[in-house]
Amino acid sequence: MKEIDGKNSRVLLITGSSKGIGRHLVEHYVANGDLVVGCSRGPSSFKHAHYHHFEVDVTNEDAVKRMFAEISSKYGRLDVLVNNAGVASMNHMLLTPVSVARNILETNFLGTFLFCREASKLMKHRKFGRIVNLTSVAVPLKVEGESVYAASKAAIINFTQIIARELSSFGITVNAVGPTPIHTALIKGVPDDKIQKLIRRQAIQRPGDMKDISNVVDFFIQPESDFITGQVIFLGGV
Amino acid sequence: MIDERVTNAVYRAVDHFIEQSEKGHQLRKSPATILFGKGGQLDSLDLVSFIIEVEQEIEQEFRIPIVLADERALSQKHSPFMTLGALSEYVSQLIDEHERNRRQE
Repeated sequence: MKEIDGKNSRVLLITGSSKGIGRHLVEHYVANGDLVVGCSRGPSSFKHAHYHHFEVDVTNEDAVKRMFAEISSKYGRLDVLVNNAGVASMNHMLLTPVSVARNILETNFLGTFLFCREASKLMKHRKFGRIVNLTSVAVPLKVEGESVYAASKAAIINFTQIIARELSSFGITVNAVGPTPIHTALIKGVPDDKIQKLIRRQAIQRPGDMKDISNVVDFFIQPESDFITGQVIFLGGV
Repeated sequence: MIDERVTNAVYRAVDHFIEQSEKGHQLRKSPATILFGKGGQLDSLDLVSFIIEVEQEIEQEFRIPIVLADERALSQKHSPFMTLGALSEYVSQLIDEHERNRRQE
């Protein structure tokens, strides 16, 4: 099993881990020898001795705090948090119900805030922590039909950059990665011509791949990246 | 009346805070110890760290989620973060309220 700081295995927490990007990251880091904790609203079909799954709504403060208490008592540490859980709903702003907008903002932004807050409390004890938040190319590309989703992801960028400063004295870095369209459930409702249009706006015109994301996350969380914080990397040259 | 468990949890938080402090803080375990403001030893970042320690100790001791630095705490005329005694009193108050709410549910 891989060791970090010459002590125990790295402990990673990945939100939205039952499918899509989160599921890929779980498999990637378990294969790497890390201890991985994941969470999603439902169960995960992924089973492994080094994977522990929590069924939790990322916006439920009490449930999230209980989960962190369990992580603390079980592992006594948290090295990495990847805030991946997110929802999207493509629609014209004029046709977007408040309930949909609220759900997007709460899951994407408030969930990220809550997990950053609780993770930092655990990380600060060891003066080491790596937080990676998921944003989106929908922010710089200003994609029509994604106003609320993009706003929630823009909030994550600003939040990332500010808490990077607030947490630097605790040895915690906070960065963000903004994927291009990737074939996941999140974009299954988006017409193919729209996806192609988005891809044509990238410097490198191909759909994103799961390994494109894990590559950036790998870079942000490696111990040598302790001088890299508050940064946002958009994939595909956006 | 401050529960002895609250006082002990706050004092454990003092121990943890001192252990981790790189500035050589010496906080006396006394209700009169001034934390923040005139005569206090902690700057705003130290206070954040200390409050987190207290939250974690209280959560472990009482098995309840607690957030100390909310709008209510920040808007009080006499800050609950001024002294260790004021902080313990505020924590006790929050725990009592939590218990009352739980009984009503």
